[in-house]
Amino acid sequence: MTPLLSVRDLSKTYGGRIGCADVSFDLYPGEVLGIVGESGSGKSTLLNCLAGHLAPDTGEILFDTRTDGPRDTRKMSEPERRMLSRTDWAFVHQNPRDGLRMGVSAGGNVGERLMAVGARHYGQIRAQATDWLGRVEITEDRLDDRPSAFSGGMQQRLQIARNLVTGPRLVFMDEPTGGLDVSVQARLLDLLRGLVREMGLSAIIVTHDLAVVRLLAHRLMVMKSGHVVEQGLTDQVLDDPQHAYTQLLVSSILQV
Amino acid sequence: MIRIENVSKSFTLHNQGGAVIPVMEGASFTVAPGECVALTGDSGAGKSTLMRMIHGNYLAASGRIIVGDTDVARAEPREILTLRRDTLGYVSQFLRVVPRVPTRDVVAEPLLAVGTDRATAHARAEELLTRLNIPQTLWSLSPTTFSGGEQQRVNIARGFAHDFPAMLLDEPTASLDATNRETVLRLIEEAKARGTAIIGIFHDADARARVADREIDVSAFTPARAA
Repeated sequence: MTPLLSVRDLSKTYGGRIGCADVSFDLYPGEVLGIVGESGSGKSTLLNCLAGHLAPDTGEILFDTRTDGPRDTRKMSEPERRMLSRTDWAFVHQNPRDGLRMGVSAGGNVGERLMAVGARHYGQIRAQATDWLGRVEITEDRLDDRPSAFSGGMQQRLQIARNLVTGPRLVFMDEPTGGLDVSVQARLLDLLRGLVREMGLSAIIVTHDLAVVRLLAHRLMVMKSGHVVEQGLTDQVLDDPQHAYTQLLVSSILQV
Repeated sequence: MIRIENVSKSFTLHNQGGAVIPVMEGASFTVAPGECVALTGDSGAGKSTLMRMIHGNYLAASGRIIVGDTDVARAEPREILTLRRDTLGYVSQFLRVVPRVPTRDVVAEPLLAVGTDRATAHARAEELLTRLNIPQTLWSLSPTTFSGGEQQRVNIARGFAHDFPAMLLDEPTASLDATNRETVLRLIEEAKARGTAIIGIFHDADARARVADREIDVSAFTPARAA
């Protein structure tokens, strides 16, 4: 099987400071990869490099495109990369306000992504938007409300609907459940798991919540000071951590 | 079906002075299809450690752990995930689920994961929940609020939902009343009759005598303590 995303020796520095260094991994279709580590460990830098928001200094990012097979996204032209991020990729921001257009209705937020890939029939766009809002448990009567009138949890679910409506194959998520109360977080986790199973999508999730990765991620990568110090099966890394830093991280979880 | 060859394991505690604790050495045995092997030994002898290594939850330091045609000690994470989805079932002592997911869906999940359609998976889940005496009124509720015994039965129902060719059972009959214990032992016997290879830990001696074909004393694999 061809990996959906294959990363080799990716590095990014900010002046003399390391963002992330020598990161390599393969992500296969249907796989969820969790990236954990304390703040400043380079998780978000890595995610932003992968998603094309930051330009890495060195390394390769091969994405298995639908038409031409694996291609290095760093060597693509800007329009090609933008096309990918509108179709096959999705990016769920930690703060829903960064991923939504706050001045446009909820339905418009979802419909915009459809229009960006060529949908023009208003009735069909609206029907698809309604369907997706239903899947993230936002009722139809809120379709014409603006996101500013939504609660934080609803905004986050709307952001997920907006991102998934075009049927992406790879979803990047930066702390998707951060800042949500635990009951909404649980519902969102269940929703994401169902979508991964039913749509067969792959995801890369950056978080510092180990309970979230245990339930959601198949594989786990632990980062410290820009380097990947350990990676493997999620439950194996959490239950039998090999690296000193991972052991510290796991033993620091507060028991509820 | 399951072949363990010369498996060893030690834990290194980097944050406690780098202490190295050897826990297992030279573990070797096999389990044939339709056979149930009970792991015995005192508490701390390494029964659960061995079981977790077979499940891929703990890393083996050396040796081979062959389940079906996968070597768990060397397999890639995605190979272990495929093995766990299709071939190797595990009933742990504790239920771990996404909160707010209804019991029926929790039990049906292993079937949905192998591509069974929703109606069949739910029917099978309901059949198991009925056999394990979980009242129908609880099926649409999340098991996180259930009593300890109920959670354990939900866990067993989930473990037996898909007919795995190999299974690991960690104390499946602990803290169950007589009726439910009988049901669980029947489930194990049925699985054996289907040809499932089973490795189990049973503190309940009568249960062990009834379902296990052989016993393996894990303390034989405990490394000699350095004086």
